[in-house]
Parts: sequence; C-alpha cells; structure tokens
Amino acid sequence: MVTATKTLLKVKDLYAQFTGFGGARVVRAIDGINFSLDQGETMGLVGESGCGKTTTCHAIFRLLPPAGRIVSGSIEFDGQDLMQVSDGEMRNIRGRDMGMILQDPMASLDPLFTIMDQVAEPAHHHRGIRGGTLRERVVDLLRSVRIPSPEVRMREFPHQMSGGMRQRIVGAISLSGGPKLIVADEPTTNLDVTIQLQYLNLLRDLQQETGVSLIFVTHNLGIVAKMCDKVAVMYAGKIVEQGSVRDIYNNPRHPYTQALIQSIPRLGNKDPLYVIPGQPPNLAELPTGCAFHPRCPFATEKCINEEPPYVSFGDGQESKCWLSVEDAKNG
Amino acid sequence: MKTFIAKRLLSSLVTLLVLSMIIFALVRASGNPAELLYEYPGAREEDIARQTAAWGLDKSWPEQYVSFVWNIARFDYGQSFQYGTSVRSLYFDRLPNSLLLAFWAFLISMVIGIPLGIMSAVKVDSWWDSVGKTFALLGLSVPSFFVALLLVLLFGVKLEWLPFLGKAEGFFDWQHLILPSLALGWFFSGAMLRLTRSSMLEVLGSEYIKLCRLKGLPETVVIVKHALKNSFIPVLTLAAVNLVVMINVAVVVEVVFSWPGIGRLLYDGLINRDFPLVQGVVVMAGVMIVGTNFVVDVLYGYLDPRIRLTR
Repeated sequence: MVTATKTLLKVKDLYAQFTGFGGARVVRAIDGINFSLDQGETMGLVGESGCGKTTTCHAIFRLLPPAGRIVSGSIEFDGQDLMQVSDGEMRNIRGRDMGMILQDPMASLDPLFTIMDQVAEPAHHHRGIRGGTLRERVVDLLRSVRIPSPEVRMREFPHQMSGGMRQRIVGAISLSGGPKLIVADEPTTNLDVTIQLQYLNLLRDLQQETGVSLIFVTHNLGIVAKMCDKVAVMYAGKIVEQGSVRDIYNNPRHPYTQALIQSIPRLGNKDPLYVIPGQPPNLAELPTGCAFHPRCPFATEKCINEEPPYVSFGDGQESKCWLSVEDAKNG
Repeated sequence: MKTFIAKRLLSSLVTLLVLSMIIFALVRASGNPAELLYEYPGAREEDIARQTAAWGLDKSWPEQYVSFVWNIARFDYGQSFQYGTSVRSLYFDRLPNSLLLAFWAFLISMVIGIPLGIMSAVKVDSWWDSVGKTFALLGLSVPSFFVALLLVLLFGVKLEWLPFLGKAEGFFDWQHLILPSLALGWFFSGAMLRLTRSSMLEVLGSEYIKLCRLKGLPETVVIVKHALKNSFIPVLTLAAVNLVVMINVAVVVEVVFSWPGIGRLLYDGLINRDFPLVQGVVVMAGVMIVGTNFVVDVLYGYLDPRIRLTR
C-alpha cells in the first residue's frame, strides 16, 4: 500500500489512568503513546497481558471503565479530534465510524434478542435504515461473514450458534454501521484453533472488500505476521517499539521485541521454548528508568536510572531503548 | 413442553405433600387444643377426653394424617375447632380482603422498589445509590410491626388523617387501605429494590452491554431494552412469591390494623390451637406458591428464548 493514502487515526501523547481507593492508588495504564494508522492499513498491537492494549482500544472509543480516565493527549480520527467532540457526537461515531470486536464471543451477544435485531442496531440507529432495506442489509452482512442461510439464521438467538459463528456475527455487527475503523481486541483468543485461521482469513477478506482500517490486538506474533502491515509493541503502558512488520521481524531493535520473537514456538525445533524471565510489572509500582530493565538481559546502570527516549530509524521504525540510541549513533 | 409440564406438576405435588406433613406435625406439637378447656372453671378430665374424641384427636397420627390428606384431595379442609364452620368457607370469606390489601401492597412495593433499584444500579456509587441502599436496608431490617405502629401513631393518632382499625363495608374503601398497604408494601419494596439493583448491576457489567455501548446505542436503549430485560427474570420470581406471601401470611400487619384478612385468620387459628384452620390456610398458601411458581416458569419462556427452546 504505497499509493497516496490518507491518515485515518493519529494518537498523540495519550495518557490514561485508573484511580482506586479514593485516588490513593493511580495506575497509569496508558503512558504517553503515539501511533498513526492509514486508511485500509492494519496495525498489530502486541504485548503481554496487562500492558495496556485493551485500555488503548477502549480509549479510542472514549469508553473506559468508570474508574478510568483519559488524562491528556489527542486522538485524531478522520479529521477531527475525538477528545474535543461532545458526548452525543462521540456516541454517533461509535458504531457508525468505528466498530469493535470483543474477546469472548460467548458473552458478547445479548441472549434475549435475535441475531437480526443485534446486527441491525448500528445500521438502524446511525444510518437510519428501516424496514425491508434494513432486513436486506442484515442478510448481506451475515452473508459477508459467511453465515449459511442468513435469512433463517438471523431469526435465531445467540445460544443456537457455535462460538465461531457468534464471533462472525460480532464481526457483522462491527461492520453494520459502515465503519472506517475496526478494532479487534484479541478476536480469536477464545476460538478453537481450527476456527482461528478461518476467522483471520475472513477478517482479511472483509478488510479488502470494504477498505476499513484495522487495529488488531493480540499476543500472538504469528497472527501479526499474517494479518498486519505494521506493529506496535507495548510494554507497561508504553509503545516500546513500532514499525513495519518486515522491519520488526527481520531487525527487532528493542530487547523486549527480540525476546517476544524468540519465544515463538517453531515446528521441528527440539530446543526448549524460550521464555522471558520474570513477570510483567505492576502498573501501579513501575520500576525506575526503563520499565523493562528488571527482565532485560542487556540492562545497564543507565537503564535502571534513566528512561530511554524514542529513537527513530530512517525506515519509520521507532524504538525506546538505550541500545537503540547507540545503534542510531553507529548508523 | 408437555413433558416439562408433567415434570413440574409431579414435583409440585411432592412439594405439597411434604408441606402437608410438616404442618400436620407442627400444629400437633403445640399441644392438645382440648386442654384449653381447663381454663374454664369446672372443666373435668372426662370433658377434655370427650372433646378430644369429638375432634378426632384420640386417633393415631397416621390415621389422622391419612384422613387429613384424603380430605384435602377433595378440597375439604374440615371444620374449624373454634368457629364450628368449614375452614374452606372461612378462608374464602376472608380472601377478598386479603387480595385487596395484597394487591395495593404489591403495587407499592413494585412502584418503589423497581425504579429505585434501576436508578441505584445505573448511577452506582452516587447520591441516588446511597438513597436506594439506605431505603433497602430500612425496608429489610425495620420490622413491619414497628413501621405499622409508627404509621398508626403518625397518621392515625397524631394527625388523625386516616382510620387505622378494621375495614369499612364496601369494596372500594380506600381510607382503611392506605396504612396497612404502606406497612406491608414497605418491607417488600426493600427486597425488590435490592434484587433489582444487584441483578441490574450484574447485567450492566456484562460483555454484551459493553458491546451495546461500543455500538453507540443511546443510553436509554442500552438500559431499557438490553439491561432491564436481562435483569428481570430473578425480579419476576421474587415478585410472584412476594404476592402470594402478602395474600396469605401478612399476619403482623393484619393483626396491627385489625384487617379482616387471611393473616389474621391464621393468627386466630394459631392462638387457639385450631388445627384444621391452620392446616387449611397453610396448605392453601402452599398451593398458591407452587401454582404461582409454575406460572412464572411458563412466563420465563416468553422472556428468555433459551428457556423456551430447551423445553
């Protein structure tokens, strides 16, 4: 995708935090992240559990849980800053211009309403589509996510569907309002392995047909290689490295990215699987300096005391590590 | 659906049989009613024995139980010991009064409990929620006789706005109804509020509500269409059981306000060891509860497609 593309989403210096115990405890779930996404592009958001991936997704929708709050930063989406629009306008943007696919297909659908009803809702509320046209639209959407005999299945209820089918229906819901961006928060984590690949292929086909941009959250780097144009690796609420998929895989700059790639299981490899030592840090009590230093094999005195800056490389790759500072100096 | 109904009917019958055994044994544990005759001067040993035999209490328990159940099966609850008339006619004489009181109390409990419960859940941890929680706590922990007496004291004695004893002639006697239905509805509104709140909270925290919000649905649609319908099943069950309880065992409130309902009938029966009366009222209450649960179970089917289709 080298053609003249327009930037759809630009997140700048975004900070979000959760407060608990009457403000006594502050968790900085998103700690100054920057990224941008072009139209039709797919970005993978990678990282361990609790590193802020899901919070980032919800922040884009401006729908954090009650204890959470976006502190500062801007989210430019389709030419307007989402931090400046009114609540009512933001509600219209959700579902109409951006759709979300959640992790658990078994829990994502309301058990008391038909598939038809739930798939139709965004089109009905945001696009004002009614009656027969609406029914046709639902049938088209269900057909596009490959639900067999959609005219019959749309009158059924979620409990009559398998997990894979439900997740495809959630996909249809996310497309229902005709969005420009879809955020998929680990959409295949709760699916059978055999269904996972099917679902990923479906998402990619849908993206090619509709030209939506996709943010794909996962902790599976294999999926990223298959699905994405670019990757952002998150650690402790920060993006520690980002760049094109090719650069990140062939030339990972950050030790965390290197460790992640090393820990992908490979077929035929008899060596024990590499694991990153230690646990992801507690976001309420972050280590000093670089948050990754306690687990980093290359950590130096400097890493413990000073936070590394972002270092850009010529090809759009960006890394937040003291080693990268050296790399950049040496060319 | 047919097997479902058959199964439910069978389990209902078993429930009622167990209930009849328990109440049969319990009333007899209170002692021989004929011995109450000792209170009369000049009552002799043989008078007591004669009265015991006349009520059929000299037979063995199994014999008494079999005839009790056999009579129930023919809708005959026997003769009241104290009134000498049939328990069935006593019960049905009082039933309209109890229905009237229960209906208004039920309405009050729903009108207060459900909206407040919804507000508490939607605006959780806010000022609304504090009001709701306080109300629920008071409703559940302040005994209804205390509330009843306070109401009598305030509106009946001090302000003299409303009558508080008995019931006037005529079906639409609203003045005598207000205080007892408030006192009775008070307790149940607390329970309704708490259940509505917790049920709503659980649903509001679910993934599908999250997805509804991510779809950009207006908040009223999220709450009224999706959350309310999902949280209604437990509330419906409680409401149905509450209604039966209010009809049959509003003992305290009916006694305080001298309301001529079934609760007071039951109280009279208990005080005077009137076995057939107590047994009859309790079995009727059991039949109503079992029957209501049966109806509610069928209603679930309309509310929840998962239940409808597995039958």
